[in-house]
Amino acid sequence: MDIFIEYLKVFVTGGLICLIGQILIDKTKITPARILVIFLTMGVILSAIGLYQPLIDFGGAGATVPISGFGSNLAQGVIKEVDNIGFLGIFTGGVKAASAGISAAIVFGFLASLFAKPTIK
Amino acid sequence: MNTNVNMTNKEYADYVDKKAKNSPIFKDLLLAFIVGGIICMIGQFIIDISMKFGISQDDSKIVCCIILIFLGAFLTSINLYSKLGKFAGAGSIIPITGFSNSIVAPAIEFKTEGYILGLGANMFKIAGPVLVYGISSSVAVGFIYWIIKIIGGV
Repeated sequence: MDIFIEYLKVFVTGGLICLIGQILIDKTKITPARILVIFLTMGVILSAIGLYQPLIDFGGAGATVPISGFGSNLAQGVIKEVDNIGFLGIFTGGVKAASAGISAAIVFGFLASLFAKPTIK
Repeated sequence: MNTNVNMTNKEYADYVDKKAKNSPIFKDLLLAFIVGGIICMIGQFIIDISMKFGISQDDSKIVCCIILIFLGAFLTSINLYSKLGKFAGAGSIIPITGFSNSIVAPAIEFKTEGYILGLGANMFKIAGPVLVYGISSSVAVGFIYWIIKIIGGV
């Protein structure tokens, strides 16, 4: 039963974040590329002022899987790194925390596009 | 059909608005909610399985991120992700799989223009801005945090 509630929280949190994005698309005609940038930056800012962590505590992957979670990862990484090594951490922290995601996206993206055939729409 | 070439931009915009089909908003929202929620549940499932193998919670999040990015890239390459995107909208854009899709889709499209300037250069057509603003804002956050630490003397 516990696991059911846990997954329900994940579902609702992730679903709501996507719902907000869909409202933006429908109401303002913002392009998907801008949606990604807006949500990522919101994730960075909300995480920096401590408002995103409660969402992660509540919704788990529901808050970390959306692109805003990627942003929160960047912000938390840079804060941790400044605590550890000071000034240089400003430049190393963010990308260090996001390195797995960036590398995976480049490598899998490259391989997938190598093997896929261009489709004519 | 009214195809007056002397229409002003405003008139043209109104004309397009009238012709464009109104997508049923409630259905859009529901689908985005459900698909986005399901992708996140898959992510949570990967994290839970990974933690069963004794991997720490932080590392499990990384495992989840890598696997979802792989799935997004794979589904894009077999042309399934765009089908999902057609009815799920933001539900397929906002999860990390959508980020992966935004890299693979233009790369495939521009592959015919060569591997360096076609595939390589266009991979980051959408993901590029995401990284630019993401990394820049993280540096800004780090800088502000560093200043606050110095002033506060913590």
